[in-house]
Amino acid sequence: MKELNYITNGYSVKSWLLTKDHKRIALMYLLAITFFFFIGGMAALIMRLELLTPQADVVQAETYNKLFTLHGVTMVFFFLIPGIPAVLGNFLLPLMLGARDLAFPRLNLTSFYIYVLGASFTLAAAVLGGVDTGWTFYTPYSSTYSNTHVITMAVGILITGFSSILTGLNFIVTTHKMRAPGLTWFRLPLFVWAMYATSLIILLGTPVISVTLALVALERGFHMGIFDPALGGDPLLFQHLFWFYSHPAVYIMVLPAMGVISEIIPCFSRKRIFGYPFIAFSSMAIAVLGFFVWGHHMFISGQSIYAGLVFSLLSFLVAIPSAVKVFNWTATMYKGRIYLRTPMLYALGFIGLFTIGGLTGIMLAALGLDVHVHDTYFIVAHFHYIMVGGTIMAYLGGIHFWWPKISGRLYPEFWGKLSAMIVFIGFNLTFFPQFILGYLGMPRRYHVYPPEFQVLNVLSSAGASILGMGYLLPLIYLIWSLRYGEKAGDNPWNATGLEWKTPSPPPTFNFEETPVVTEEAYAYASRPELGHV
Amino acid sequence: MWNFPLFPDQASTFAGSVDALFAFTLMISAFFALLIALLIIIFAVKYHHQSNADRRGATDSHLLLELTWTAIPLGIVMVLFVWGAQLFYRMKVIPPNAMEIFVVGKQWMWKIQHPEGQREINTLHVPVGQPILLTMISEDVIHDFAVPAFRIKEDVLPGRYTKQWFEATKIGEYHLFCNQYCGTLHAQMIGKIIVMTPTDYAAWLAGPQPVSAGGTAAVVAKAIVSAGGTAPATPNPTLVAAGSKLFNSEFNCISCHKSDGTGQGPSLQGIFGHKVKLEGGMTVIADEGYIHESILQPAAKIVKGYKPVMPTYQGQLEEEEIMQLITYIESLKRSK
Amino acid sequence: MSDKELSHQFETLDQQADAATLGIWAFLATEVLFFGGLFMLYTVYRFKFPAAFVECSKLMDLRLGAINTAVLLTSSLTMAFAVHSAREGQKNSTVGWILVTMLLGSVFLGIKGLEYYHKFAEHLVPGPYFQLDSPNRREAQIFFSLYFGMTGLHALHMIIGLVVLAVIAMMTSAGKFSKTYSNPVHIAGLYWHFVDIIWIFLFPLLYLIGNR
Repeated sequence: MKELNYITNGYSVKSWLLTKDHKRIALMYLLAITFFFFIGGMAALIMRLELLTPQADVVQAETYNKLFTLHGVTMVFFFLIPGIPAVLGNFLLPLMLGARDLAFPRLNLTSFYIYVLGASFTLAAAVLGGVDTGWTFYTPYSSTYSNTHVITMAVGILITGFSSILTGLNFIVTTHKMRAPGLTWFRLPLFVWAMYATSLIILLGTPVISVTLALVALERGFHMGIFDPALGGDPLLFQHLFWFYSHPAVYIMVLPAMGVISEIIPCFSRKRIFGYPFIAFSSMAIAVLGFFVWGHHMFISGQSIYAGLVFSLLSFLVAIPSAVKVFNWTATMYKGRIYLRTPMLYALGFIGLFTIGGLTGIMLAALGLDVHVHDTYFIVAHFHYIMVGGTIMAYLGGIHFWWPKISGRLYPEFWGKLSAMIVFIGFNLTFFPQFILGYLGMPRRYHVYPPEFQVLNVLSSAGASILGMGYLLPLIYLIWSLRYGEKAGDNPWNATGLEWKTPSPPPTFNFEETPVVTEEAYAYASRPELGHV
Repeated sequence: MWNFPLFPDQASTFAGSVDALFAFTLMISAFFALLIALLIIIFAVKYHHQSNADRRGATDSHLLLELTWTAIPLGIVMVLFVWGAQLFYRMKVIPPNAMEIFVVGKQWMWKIQHPEGQREINTLHVPVGQPILLTMISEDVIHDFAVPAFRIKEDVLPGRYTKQWFEATKIGEYHLFCNQYCGTLHAQMIGKIIVMTPTDYAAWLAGPQPVSAGGTAAVVAKAIVSAGGTAPATPNPTLVAAGSKLFNSEFNCISCHKSDGTGQGPSLQGIFGHKVKLEGGMTVIADEGYIHESILQPAAKIVKGYKPVMPTYQGQLEEEEIMQLITYIESLKRSK
Repeated sequence: MSDKELSHQFETLDQQADAATLGIWAFLATEVLFFGGLFMLYTVYRFKFPAAFVECSKLMDLRLGAINTAVLLTSSLTMAFAVHSAREGQKNSTVGWILVTMLLGSVFLGIKGLEYYHKFAEHLVPGPYFQLDSPNRREAQIFFSLYFGMTGLHALHMIIGLVVLAVIAMMTSAGKFSKTYSNPVHIAGLYWHFVDIIWIFLFPLLYLIGNR
């Protein structure tokens, strides 16, 4: 009799919608975030289409403002923040720990439905006519002046925050209490360390954005005056509250990506990762330091010089742990046995692009330099290098790496490699010209611009269309592989890690018997029987 | 079409310094980015699984290496921190001989007042080689006054003054952008900075057009003249004169704020820039912000020995008029 | 018996209890940050408008606030008794103490509702109908925004707490708990104590500033 796996164990809609299985929940998240990725992506494509010419010809100002708001909100809150944690984290964490599920499976399902509820409010706001405040909702524009559906969207985002919080909580408790026998902290895969650090940030940061957006909604509804100078309020307080979350949020978006890279590189170098404790601690350092740098978004906002000095210094410091990771990943390849499969291509692309993004971050931490490039396309390029060149590349790398485990099938390697290269090229063509545009002075959130900026904008838009195609290809061939892909064995990559010790796809309760761990992570050297990829 | 810029004009005393810091950081970044890229490529080729390179001695830890590649970046960023901070400090400390010009931002235009009375919309004429201080406030939402060619920008807030200064070094016209999203026509809240020789600037100041918004007034004036009439030639009063008019007649502030101090409100002679003792023990400096607040929220700070009887002028005075009042009060000398 | 109580993902009851306890503490940490944003706003505006805050604090009903504080503190005591009874496996005692706690919680909410009604009648609800005869009128609106925001959020947490307690009471009554398994009661207790502690901070900050 054929063994049931988590996919075949029950076909009814109810068995999926009311599942407690972390793997099924991960797949539902995968569908949801992919949906939002394409919504956000389409908004971006229309924006880049408009930016082909200096005038407003594709859309007018009002629509453009709603498009960049939709793009930011969907990409940040509904794709990148949940992204790797809700999909790969949910799927892999219990497997990597040798556990049967997360600590609180029903809470996990609740998280998903809270996400759906928040997403519904946000989509409603978009469908009812959209919001034009930007994803940053600065007051008093958002709290008093805007005539769009701010309350609906703010409520949607703050609700989704709770989904994030509960997921983070689940991960922390699971990591503390459900590790298999022998799996000490320093034997954990670095992906687990990354998810743990991310969860700490989620827990402590997300409540602040929820309460802040609630205040904006209340201010709009009741004209309380908290952010309205005409009523004694201070609009800058909003910025402090907003960035107190939204800066750590970028680490919520990038730490999991780094965790994925830390899994891929050792496997495709057939070598234990270099500097394991340094990578583990750097994740924690980023999580902690990340809470103290929010003011670098406000250097020219009317903040005091002394605050600027403190935030600048700390912002430089928070870059160091990331640099340490990049060096350690590179060193892992030294004297390894390199396999340039699709996940490895994405991982190497990540290292290059994240490095560039991070280095431009250093430029921004320098006070005198930030003044010139603040709120220009330089900033846009900077964060897209990290979020798209970094996080999305890592996400795709992870999806490909664990696709056999998730689906039981192999994706077509040729198309995987081709898409990775198209994404890499399209990405650089889209965003590198934006560094130049930003230094020239082109501001963000402008749909019309002086004519001398056109050529660079055209290059960027051309790149965007290539990038878009690069993203469509995996959607197609991954779905294709579900039916026609070669069946994967338990461990197609001959990788270390408990998730590879269970069938592909895994059974509902993951392990027949709770595994016992007796070796370090990435023990390729001591397990020559693992052989080649 | 191929004649497009890749680098902005350097038109202020800051531009060269900002660009130098950028160039240095760019070189360091390029160095490390290329280093990592090259290492990755070299390792991917040399240690490709099909190569038989020497892999003996492969290791996964090296404390000295870890400390080195932590310490060196740390040292480099500390240099960048100090350099960036010094440059920022230069940008923030206002030279005493700076000429103050007042900027009011509102959805979606810039209104500028020169102390001599000239007013402009979306354009700022300045003389070259003279430090200019912009004192700025918004009438509604947060805006940002940005001049890329000068490498400067600063947010413009409602309810509170913000300042930035620059010294233009090159004659010409440069972009002015609103650089903080402020609503529908944010992308059209743009303008020009026109840097002129001091002589041309003086001539422009003395010129008959009170408003130079792309020349509409000039067109109107020309039309009137060619139709046989006289072009309007009344220049705007200086800010001090305008402020005086508001203070002494229109709003009659003088009735309470008598200059000999016998009125219901304190005398404002010579207070600007000096300490003021408040009820409750606190001491503040009487700067623009203090005066702005005292006009709009008089109960917030009461001078020691006086009662909170001043009414608020919120809704009665425009931000530009408050700027005029401030300039007037600034001009009041302490009577002997 | 222990099979029913042990969820499939855990190996032992102890592991399950440990996980749940860590979970609630982690959750309470998020709650601290949630309220923390409001406390931070309060701090900033209190320093900006000291006179207005003192004046408004004097407008608060000290009597009702003090009664509510006593009520809530007592409810924490009765909750502690409930948890103790649950640990001893005393079903009826547990349900009894939980019901008393719920009663006290409801009294708190009732008094709070009365206070809100008074403020409404006195035109002290922020918005277009706010009225206060004082030079600090504008800043007073910020105080009352914070008052309603912070106590409102607190009241919302209390309502959720009442629902949680009702569920726990029903579960106890149905015999779901025993000497070996009573962790959910303990967890509900932690939540209740936390909501109480938030009030301990709110009360002096809102009711007691300015020589009262």
